[in-house]
Amino acid sequence: MRTLLLKSLFSGPATTAAPGLGADALEELGRTLQARAGKLFGRSLSIREVDAGSCNGCELEIHALNNPVYDVERFGLRFVASPRHADVLLVTGPVTRNMRVALERTYAAAPEPKWVVAVGDCGCGCGVFEGSYAVIGGVDKVLPVDLHIPGCPPRPAALLQGLITLLDRVATR
Amino acid sequence: MSAIAALLAPLQPLAVLRPWPRYEVDAATWEAIGRALGAGDGALMALWAEPGTVHLAVRAADLRNPAVVSLAAANNAFPSIGQYHPPALRPERAIRDLTGLTPIGIPDDRPWLDHGAWDAAAPLAPPSLTLPRERGRDGRGQSARDPADYAFLPVHGHGLHQIPVGPVHAGIIEPGHFRFTANGETVARLEQRLGYVHKGIESLLIGVGFDHAGRVVARASGDETVALSIAYARAVEAALGIDVPLRAHVLRGVMAELERIANHVGDVGAICNDAAFALLHAHCGLIRERVLAACDAAFGHRLMMDRVVPGGVTHDLTNDARELLFAMLDDALARFADVVRVYDETPSLQDRTCLTGIVSNELVTQWAAGGFVGRGSGRAFDARRDLAYVPYFGMDFAVPTFAAGDVNARVWVRIREVEESARLLRHWLWSTAEGPLRAEVPAIDAVREGVAVAEAFRGDVFVWVRLAAGRVERAHVRDASVFQWPLLEAAIEGNIVADFPLCNKSFNCSYSGHDQ
Ligand code: SF4
Repeated sequence: MRTLLLKSLFSGPATTAAPGLGADALEELGRTLQARAGKLFGRSLSIREVDAGSCNGCELEIHALNNPVYDVERFGLRFVASPRHADVLLVTGPVTRNMRVALERTYAAAPEPKWVVAVGDCGCGCGVFEGSYAVIGGVDKVLPVDLHIPGCPPRPAALLQGLITLLDRVATR
Repeated sequence: MSAIAALLAPLQPLAVLRPWPRYEVDAATWEAIGRALGAGDGALMALWAEPGTVHLAVRAADLRNPAVVSLAAANNAFPSIGQYHPPALRPERAIRDLTGLTPIGIPDDRPWLDHGAWDAAAPLAPPSLTLPRERGRDGRGQSARDPADYAFLPVHGHGLHQIPVGPVHAGIIEPGHFRFTANGETVARLEQRLGYVHKGIESLLIGVGFDHAGRVVARASGDETVALSIAYARAVEAALGIDVPLRAHVLRGVMAELERIANHVGDVGAICNDAAFALLHAHCGLIRERVLAACDAAFGHRLMMDRVVPGGVTHDLTNDARELLFAMLDDALARFADVVRVYDETPSLQDRTCLTGIVSNELVTQWAAGGFVGRGSGRAFDARRDLAYVPYFGMDFAVPTFAAGDVNARVWVRIREVEESARLLRHWLWSTAEGPLRAEVPAIDAVREGVAVAEAFRGDVFVWVRLAAGRVERAHVRDASVFQWPLLEAAIEGNIVADFPLCNKSFNCSYSGHDQ
């Protein structure tokens, strides 16, 4: 163990450089945030991830945000266990009929101000699951969505850029 | 001769299915197979239905190939296999929810996938049988049931209390509900309720083109997308008699083993994290990231989705990419060896994983549980070897098996498999055969059926397809999780509530793959 600790200590950081703000995300947030009064106090976001029906591919890449390469916490982005602590709901999957109530209740449990980010082609639209009796569709069929991050699944870098752009727009300066 | 082989011996197989025999049986034979399964005579591989017919796939020691057995469901009912063989219970409850066929004699008649939120009960049944919620008969299919409304099995005893968890969990994981009944810290019983991420996958595989169907199957469970695509492609290829070029086979193997390494490494880290050992989680996360980055560079997608298609593969491996994969493997394996050393030398970590979440060999055998869940409890089954397919056919690789059945055993299965996968990869990367990447998919009008099993990182996935006129008419995908989830209920018994995340992660069943 000591060897591994020493190695970790003396090797340089594994983190990637911070991405700049995303043009698409800026444009969309310019539109969606206009109507919203809420401003975040400070420069950090607590994120509650909700899988509303995903194939779990999006979860794998959201997980990767916590690894030493993307390391979201260095930007003040933190995943929290309860919606009660959350500023942002990060929602994946086509919303299934069986998850609708749970998603609505999770949203209701989060305090204002709160923002919703739809993740993946499924969360943004319905992906390949379009037309099934068992799905409602994209997240915006159920909740007001502030930002869409498409991709199947979106790369961690795209997720990171979207979240950083959101943070930049909603934080008090 | 096994009872199952004896029952099937006098029957003439239908020619429509390839490469396994398929038999049409009467209700008495169907029930006799159920009894034989219950007596431990064979392994149930899948159980599914379409309007008017139920099918099951079965393996027995003295059958050369697995067999598919079909029963016409007279009066929309069939004798329950579950009444003799418990692993069939959840599949039968799912069959009734989806197709409206009634398993006669099933001891558990609660709904499973249907939470009362669909517009109609029995959505896969022919229109005459589907019940719009307003017209629902006999209490089933009534409208607007509160989704939390479910009759959990009663638990009686002194000092017991219940802990409901989910469907939305505390971490970044898929949704499902766990109902713990505990006595203080000790779990007396766990009951799962799943189905939250049911996306109606079978309904999306009716009357669609091969490519579209492939994209849907690939997303039944994103973490094992390569294996799912391989099973689907092989089922289509068997049905249509397509000869896949060797280079495509080898590249499929390369992708499948990369997927296995990425998942095993990531999960070993996550298991350590659930034992509060964050250091190894960080290191495993880093290794996994490097593997995925190399997959991206080589095949243009981090999870390699939609790279395997009927007839072959879509992406070639360039020489540069091959060098890059070699370098990545050297680096990743060296780093992983450090992780394994620390895991092995840290008693405080093993204190959490050893003797925790034990599943008996009897149970994994009865459930025919695949992957590290089976192999961690001494069931030495691996579809790559035991239902061998190219490129594994004739290859020399170990199928690591441990007897202890605890979290630690499942971790060690994964550790050893990472090493074996790396060996296979190095071999294939050296020897990648030259040649085309994809064979033509012939246009065949006649009805053909195909079936295939592929070994995903978590266990064997099974795919059956019926094709006609260049389209998928119907298909069924059975994920390994279907026969692993119920064993988690057994694994946690007598453990403390705080060890549940550890046990759960050591199983890492797919919610999406199960719920479909
Ligand atoms: S966007 Fe793709 S990866 Fe994400 S849930 Fe949908 S199918 Fe899965």
